[in-house]
Amino acid sequence: MDAELILIQLFSGVALGAILVITALGLSIIFGMLGVVNFAHGALFMVGAYGGLWVASLTGSFWWGLLVAPIMIGLFGMIIEWLLVRPLYGRSVDDPLLLTFGLSYVLVEAVRIVFGNDGIPFPTPSQLTGVANLGIGYFPIYRLFVIVVVAVVLLLLWLALEKTKFGLIVRAGARDPTIMRVLGVNISKVWLLVFGVGVGLAALGGVLAGPMRTVNPEMGSLVLIEAFVVTVIGGLGSLLGSVVAGLLVGIAISMTALFAPELGTIVMFALMALILLVRPRGLFGKTA
Amino acid sequence: MAMLEIKDLHAWYGASHILHGVSIAVGQGEVVALVGRNGAGKTTTIRSIMGLMPRMTGNISFAGTDLMTLQAHQRFRLGLAYVPEDRRIVPGLTVRENLQLGLVASHAGINERDAIDEIAESFPRLKERLDQEGATMSGGEQQMLAIARAMIAKPKMILLDEPSEGIMPVLVEEMGVLFRRLRDQGVTLLLVEQNVEWALRLADRAVIIDQGEVVHESSSAALLADKAIQERYCAV
Repeated sequence: MDAELILIQLFSGVALGAILVITALGLSIIFGMLGVVNFAHGALFMVGAYGGLWVASLTGSFWWGLLVAPIMIGLFGMIIEWLLVRPLYGRSVDDPLLLTFGLSYVLVEAVRIVFGNDGIPFPTPSQLTGVANLGIGYFPIYRLFVIVVVAVVLLLLWLALEKTKFGLIVRAGARDPTIMRVLGVNISKVWLLVFGVGVGLAALGGVLAGPMRTVNPEMGSLVLIEAFVVTVIGGLGSLLGSVVAGLLVGIAISMTALFAPELGTIVMFALMALILLVRPRGLFGKTA
Repeated sequence: MAMLEIKDLHAWYGASHILHGVSIAVGQGEVVALVGRNGAGKTTTIRSIMGLMPRMTGNISFAGTDLMTLQAHQRFRLGLAYVPEDRRIVPGLTVRENLQLGLVASHAGINERDAIDEIAESFPRLKERLDQEGATMSGGEQQMLAIARAMIAKPKMILLDEPSEGIMPVLVEEMGVLFRRLRDQGVTLLLVEQNVEWALRLADRAVIIDQGEVVHESSSAALLADKAIQERYCAV
C-alpha cells in the first residue's frame, strides 16, 4: 500500500472529523451549559442538510445555503428551547432527554413528508469541485474547504467564549447559574442563545456534510451516535475534548475503511472503550 | 421611607414552613445585624429578599419598588447585592474575571478597568492575585472576593450572609473596617451573623430571629448590653 493513499485517507479522516467536531461541539455546549442531553441533535443535523439544500436550490447558490440554513435552524432551536425544553428545567434530566428523543422522530417524519424518503444528491458547488495538489498528493478541494470552515468557526467560537463579556457569562453560568442570577444576569436568555448556537452548529455540520454524502431523512441517526461517542471520548462538557476526540474518531473511521472496511462501524466504540478504560472521564474530563 | 421593608413574610422549603410572618425595616444608610441561632431563618430571610426561595408570601419592597413579582436578576439591577454564605467564587475563573462578573449586568456606564482598579485599592489582598484562579485562594480571601464582586457595581444595599464565618481574626477585623467605610459612603447593609458581638459592634440596629419569627428589635448598643436576651436567643 503506498504512502500517498494512506495520506489521502488520513486527510479524508480529518475532513470527516471536522464535521464530527462541529456537531459534537453543539451537543457539548448544550449539555455543559443547560445540562440537557439533546437527542434531537442528529435530526437537527439532518434538517441542516435539507435546509442548506433547500436554500441553495431557491437561491441557486450553495453559499447562501451554507450561511442562511444554520442561522435559520439555530433560530428554530431557540423556539424549541423556549417552547418545549424550558418548562422541563428543574425536573429530572430524563425529561428533556425524552422530549428531544421524541422531537427527533417528529423532525425525521416531517422531512419525510416534505422531501420524500429517497436520498437527494447535494451537488458540490462548482467552485469547490476537483482536486488540489498540495505537493504531497492530490486532495479533494471540497474537503479542504470543510476543514477551513470548521477551523474558522472554532476560532470564532473560542474568541467569543474567551474574549467577550457574553463568553464570560456563558463560562461562569455553566459552573454556577445561581450566582449569575444574583449578579443581575437573566440566565434564561443566556440558555436560549446557547441552545440556539448549539443547534446552529449541528445544522452547519449538516450543510457541510451534504456534498460528501447523499442527503436522506435517516442521515442524522448515525451522526448522533458519533457525536455522543466524540463527547464521551473528549470528556463531557469539555470543548477542547470535543475537538481532539472528533478528529481522532474521524481519522480512526477513515483509516479503518482503508485497512479493515468490515470493522468500519465498530472502530469508534472500540476506541471509546479503550480510552474510557484508561481515562474514565474521557480525555479532557474533569476528575470529580 | 425605609430602603428595605419586609412585611409578614412567610417562606417554605418544600413542605417545611421556615418563616412565619417576618417583618423587618431597614432605613437608608443603616447597618442592621440579623442574628439568631442556627436554623432560626436568617439565611432564608436573606434568600427571600433576593428572590431565591421556591415559595413565599407576604410583601418585600426595596427603594419603593415591590420585589415580590421580580426575579433575582431584576432585584440585583435595582441596586440590591448579595454575598451568599458559601461565597460562590466561580471555579476556573481568575480573580479579575470573578470581579468582572459583578459588572456584566450593570448598565451604569461603569468603566470596567477603572472599577477593577478602584476595587483593588480597597482590597490589597486581591490586587496581588488578580490573575490567580479565584477558587484556589484561602477561605478568607475568597470571602473578600465575594464581597468585592458584590460591591463593584456600587449597589444601594448589600445583603451579607455570615461573612465572618471560618475566617482568620485578622481578616474579620479588615472586613469590619471595610463595612464601616461602606456605611460612611451611604451603602445600606443587612448583616446576618453568628459572630454576634462583632456584628453588634458594626451595626446601628439589631434584629433577632428565632424559629422563623422576629423576637427582638433594638439598637445594637442596647442588645450588646443585654446579656440575658443574647443568652436566650443567640447562645449556641
